[in-house]
Amino acid sequence: MLYREAGQFKASYEADQQIFPILQDRVGVLLLIGFFALVVPLIADQYWLKAILIPVLIFSLAAIGLNILTGYAGQLSLGSAAFMAVGAFGAYNFMLRIDGMPFLVAILLGGLCAALVGVMFGLPSLRIKGFYLAVATLAAQFFIVWALVKIEWFSNYSSSGVITAQEIEILGYAFDGPVSKYLLTLFVVVVMALLAKNMVRSTTGRAWMAVRDMDVAAEVIGIRLMRTKLTAFAVSSFYCGVAGALYAYTYIGTVEPEGFNLDLSFRILFMIIIGGVGSIMGSFLGAAFIVLLPIALDVFVPMFLGDLVSSSFVSNLQLIVFGGLIVFFLIVEPHGLARLWQIGKEKLRLWPFPH
Amino acid sequence: MAREIGDVILKMEGISLSFGGVKALTNISFDVREHEIRSIIGPNGAGKSSMLNVINGVYHPQEGQVTFRGEVRRDMEPHKAATQGIARTFQNIALFKGMSVLDNIMTGRNLKMKCNLFHHALHWGKARAEEIEHRKKVEEVIDFLEIQSIRKTPVGRLPYGLQKRVELGRALAAEPSMMLLDEPMAGMNVEEKQDMCRFILDVNDQFGTTIVLIEHDMGVVMDISDRVVVLDYGKKIGDGVPDEVKNNPDVISAYLGTSH
Ligand SMILES: Nc1ncnc2c1ncn2[C@@H]1O[C@H](COP(=O)(O)OP(=O)(O)OP(=O)(O)O)[C@@H](O)[C@H]1O
Ligand SMILES: [Mg+2]
Repeated sequence: MLYREAGQFKASYEADQQIFPILQDRVGVLLLIGFFALVVPLIADQYWLKAILIPVLIFSLAAIGLNILTGYAGQLSLGSAAFMAVGAFGAYNFMLRIDGMPFLVAILLGGLCAALVGVMFGLPSLRIKGFYLAVATLAAQFFIVWALVKIEWFSNYSSSGVITAQEIEILGYAFDGPVSKYLLTLFVVVVMALLAKNMVRSTTGRAWMAVRDMDVAAEVIGIRLMRTKLTAFAVSSFYCGVAGALYAYTYIGTVEPEGFNLDLSFRILFMIIIGGVGSIMGSFLGAAFIVLLPIALDVFVPMFLGDLVSSSFVSNLQLIVFGGLIVFFLIVEPHGLARLWQIGKEKLRLWPFPH
Repeated sequence: MAREIGDVILKMEGISLSFGGVKALTNISFDVREHEIRSIIGPNGAGKSSMLNVINGVYHPQEGQVTFRGEVRRDMEPHKAATQGIARTFQNIALFKGMSVLDNIMTGRNLKMKCNLFHHALHWGKARAEEIEHRKKVEEVIDFLEIQSIRKTPVGRLPYGLQKRVELGRALAAEPSMMLLDEPMAGMNVEEKQDMCRFILDVNDQFGTTIVLIEHDMGVVMDISDRVVVLDYGKKIGDGVPDEVKNNPDVISAYLGTSH
């Protein structure tokens, strides 16, 4: 009787249309947000906040961005990290060059810069699909990083494009400790995740999925392919851009364009494959998984195998486990952890009478 | 029947379409009148589907012109066709595989929904009201097609016959004035065919929707059509009311020639 929709009849379409239509889900999400907002700051130490929770949140946001483009709109991209870079450098320049620029506005403007660049590099998607589009986004990845290093204005003429994020201050309050930075990140990510969830369950989201599933049929219904794809590129890059700005301001502090390399783009891609392609919740699960896995291996492998293995073995093991998992999810469960979670819930709904 | 067949609303004139060396359609002209059920028949590869694709702008003919509701065009654009009230279904079901029945049919109302991305992101006030208003319309379609019990099912999990029905629902949701149906009964058993026939006749009768139908089952075609066009190897070989077509010697020999 814990997880049931029995008795929860939807008397109106309004009720059926809610963001989380099942009461337990609604309560669950609220509890989860409450836990991470109120309890975690009290119990988590610096290491957990700085090295785990903040990056998981930021990568979740980037993964949501990629999921919008790839999971919902069906356009494969290998340039997520580059769009993060645009967001980071964009926000940095707005903070640097405009006096009294509010921090939240700066990261949104950084996101907007990324959205613009995203639309530019999304233009080829109108003619090419799949593998070839992935190659075009790969070009974006390399070009953007190259441009950020080469055009020194972006990094205010520092050597090799390194920038150091300014102090964050909102309404006179300085966000300088790990707890305040964590809460700020949590706030931005939760708000943006809810907005994303709203988008994907509305006409916009249905248009994205229609284009993904059957573009000719979508066109015949009156969905504009160009507008729909470019909107997906814009929104996706905006999310990646804001994630990039947070990456610089609440996580790393000092970043260089090379930090947003192809490696990072692939990591974000793996997050959505493992977490769940076409799922907002999956983006969180995937990000958490990919951030936690190496840490868990670092801790547990030496614990069990002791001195038998060297640290280089552990890092190789990471690659092997990643590779294996990705192959597993691609073949066995393309909808990732989110789908496994869904299946678990369906089982729970029937439990204890599975038939 | 309450409906009364009206004026010509769609006129295809001298349509020729080829793919590289393959001539799919050669100099074809015919018209469709308001509220009628107009069938296109012909052996496999005759060019029937290509004709529908020309009507709603998926294919662009090398020659000819299309006149729809008085507007003369070289060719159609899919988006233009949709905004002018032409909806369609496909021969090989073209549903959105990853979406539920409800969402598939909701996409059919795409053009009628006016809220933008920012409304959607907030899902408040206007966007919410719009979603609910259109959901009501979609539920009417769902009731009409008797698919209430599967509304939340992903379409990929449905049997073939139901998928065809959902695709009809998606087209109906747009409240089109003309529907192009490409073999809506192919691969169905007798019972499913009867249901589908009933839906098509009801749509035509209740909403006055003009129907352009491609169908291989001659019994059905001759039964429900007002007029029939016959294509063979991309050429028009017959056109008229069912009785005329049935007795047309060219049609008879085309069918005898390819049926074995
Ligand atoms: N996109 C395309 N590219 C190349 N050739 C095509 C294309 N579409 C149709 N054709 C060709 O045009 C001809 C007519 O095809 P069409 O699909 O219109 O026939 P049909 O009458 O619908 O046949 P069926 O009863 O098998 O559905 C065929 O020779 C087909 O191979
Ligand atoms: Mg055909």
